[in-house]
Amino acid sequence: MKLIALLLALAAWPAEAATFKLSLLLPMDDPRLERGRLERAAVGQPGGSAADGLKAGLAEGRFELDAAGHKFELEVLEIGNAAAAKAAALEAERAGAAVIVADLPAPWLLAAADATKLPLLNIGAAADSLRQSDCRRNLWHVLPSERMRSDALAQYLAARRWQQVLLLTGPNDVERAATAQASIRRHGLKLVASRPFKLSADPRDREFANPLLLTQGSYDVVWVVDSDGEFAVGLPYRAALPRPVVGDAGLVAVAWSPRFERFGAPQLSRRFAKAAARPMAPYDWAAWMAGKLVVAAAVAPGVQSPAALAQGLSSSQVDGSKGVSLSLRPWDGQLRQPMLLSDGIAVVATAPQEGVLHPKDALDTLGADAPEKLCKARL
Amino acid sequence: MLTQPHGSASILVALMLAASAAVATAQGVAFVSSEKDHAISVVDLKAQALLGSVATCKRPRHMQLSVDGKQLWVACSESNQADMIDVATRKSARRISLGEDPEVFDLSIDGKTLYVSQEDDATLIFVDAANGKTLKSIEVGKEPEGVKTSVDGKTVYVTSEVANMVHVVDVASATLLKNIKVGKRPRRFAMTPDGKQLWVTNELDASVSIIDTGSRAVVGTLQFEIKGARAADITPVGIVMSRDGTRAFVGLGRANHVAFVDVAQRKVTHTVLVGKRAWGLALDHAEKTLLVVNGLSDDLSFVDVAQAKATKTIKVGRVPHSVVIVE
Repeated sequence: MKLIALLLALAAWPAEAATFKLSLLLPMDDPRLERGRLERAAVGQPGGSAADGLKAGLAEGRFELDAAGHKFELEVLEIGNAAAAKAAALEAERAGAAVIVADLPAPWLLAAADATKLPLLNIGAAADSLRQSDCRRNLWHVLPSERMRSDALAQYLAARRWQQVLLLTGPNDVERAATAQASIRRHGLKLVASRPFKLSADPRDREFANPLLLTQGSYDVVWVVDSDGEFAVGLPYRAALPRPVVGDAGLVAVAWSPRFERFGAPQLSRRFAKAAARPMAPYDWAAWMAGKLVVAAAVAPGVQSPAALAQGLSSSQVDGSKGVSLSLRPWDGQLRQPMLLSDGIAVVATAPQEGVLHPKDALDTLGADAPEKLCKARL
Repeated sequence: MLTQPHGSASILVALMLAASAAVATAQGVAFVSSEKDHAISVVDLKAQALLGSVATCKRPRHMQLSVDGKQLWVACSESNQADMIDVATRKSARRISLGEDPEVFDLSIDGKTLYVSQEDDATLIFVDAANGKTLKSIEVGKEPEGVKTSVDGKTVYVTSEVANMVHVVDVASATLLKNIKVGKRPRRFAMTPDGKQLWVTNELDASVSIIDTGSRAVVGTLQFEIKGARAADITPVGIVMSRDGTRAFVGLGRANHVAFVDVAQRKVTHTVLVGKRAWGLALDHAEKTLLVVNGLSDDLSFVDVAQAKATKTIKVGRVPHSVVIVE
């Protein structure tokens, strides 16, 4: 474990000011931030350290924190494995932290969550299992789940009546492909074929590696599931038919796009770009949002202790520059939020799509809803 | 949002000038800024028809009449300028610089200073209306928006959409006197004519916070409801009050309605269906017609105040932002 930085956020004036400690856990030698992947800059992939967004979110709380007489102390730790994640969570609790923010792979995240009673804000793992079979009472998810992303896309396809879907799945994405298939079913789309692909130049593998051969048949769209991104980014315009690509290339459902033009989004994107010297990626938005959430919990009336802050987190209502107030779903700990559908150049649409109905909140048409009771730990 | 200019004698002169310069049928015109056309649409109030447009600086947003009513000040967010449009000739008279990404502004009582919110820098600046020089800069919460000068001119109020606050700024010392916590994403202001109540719209709370300017505290909250619409879809932004301060009119954004409010009772009396994302509002002098700018349907609705009904909607420029009436 390596201590990287200690940021003293923002002075406050009243003497009885509370100082809240916040730990940010980052993966050491993050493979998502390797140069090649950063340079590829596929839509929906991380663009840099989560610390940038979190610091920006906390910094924006300055006036509100001043008024409440509070400040935040942020500790950023790099973690190398699940055991280190557990140790870091224990240490954060011992040191009196109020909240842990984590940009970690799912198994490490669970190791940290199980080691402490502190609330953990997940800003890096989209796996649905973390919101369902592997959910935890103290684990909250700011990053949208895979299912929220695939539901957003499926809503759009249904609205456009692009109903015939060809699904292409990468070698490490079986779980994500299952999520996509469930969204396809739920929205009345038709899966015309599902094929695995692999990255290969071997002529014997051409059936699985050649976009032209993979996309034979009849369909309205090609939905590609590729968390790595190398295959997906090369797929648009290479299909056998003149049909759009969606999923992890072409039209991608994301939490944020620096090209979003509404609800004050350009101001936020510009602030972030100024502070971090790069465009605001969806993961940066989640990190920024985590900062906004803890600030909102800290400035709620009567909050003086880390425990009170942690308690207040679940009822925070926050503005994420997406036009509506956002809050955490009690049934799976997920932050409900609109999704943006972007090709990296424009925001083509947002979800929930206009006309999509829900008995309580249209945002709950994205991701697992309460009656499904998929997170037993929160029942 | 439309602010009543100060000094009524000079307005009369201006109104007469404007009327004489206008085409024969027009008894008055409305200017509607259009964010994506870099132009201001000119609307004939009597005919309720588009007369034409005036070219201006890039991304015009908020507009206000000068103190003498002869000029229309326009804040242009993309070219960081204010354009001063001669109301009589409907041509740009001069332009001054206006900081960085100006959005909303108000004038000092003497009209010599512009108080401007700077979205990107998160500051309120004082700008010399004569030469565009930034005289003072005060750091406020992120994404400042609505700006309002107090009736005595000594105080300026500015909202921060991110900090969920109204900042109270002392003009003489150019310092923050107080930060008043209001609802979520506070946007624009209206002031009662006696200067005692400041109303601020909270876009993400479907409400208006009512601030007592004496105690500088929130003394009431007015919650909006529209039958069949969820609270999340009621996003109030624009607000204007009648001259006698008895009625307020609030644009409810995504709910596509305008609410009429009894100010003393703090109660909604009517809601009127208009176009998409109703924001900017203006009342004509007789207070019989309310103009409503619909930002996402690129049009302007005429609302008959007595009937509480939209009577006509006309197309204006792309992404209309504000409306100012000159009669």
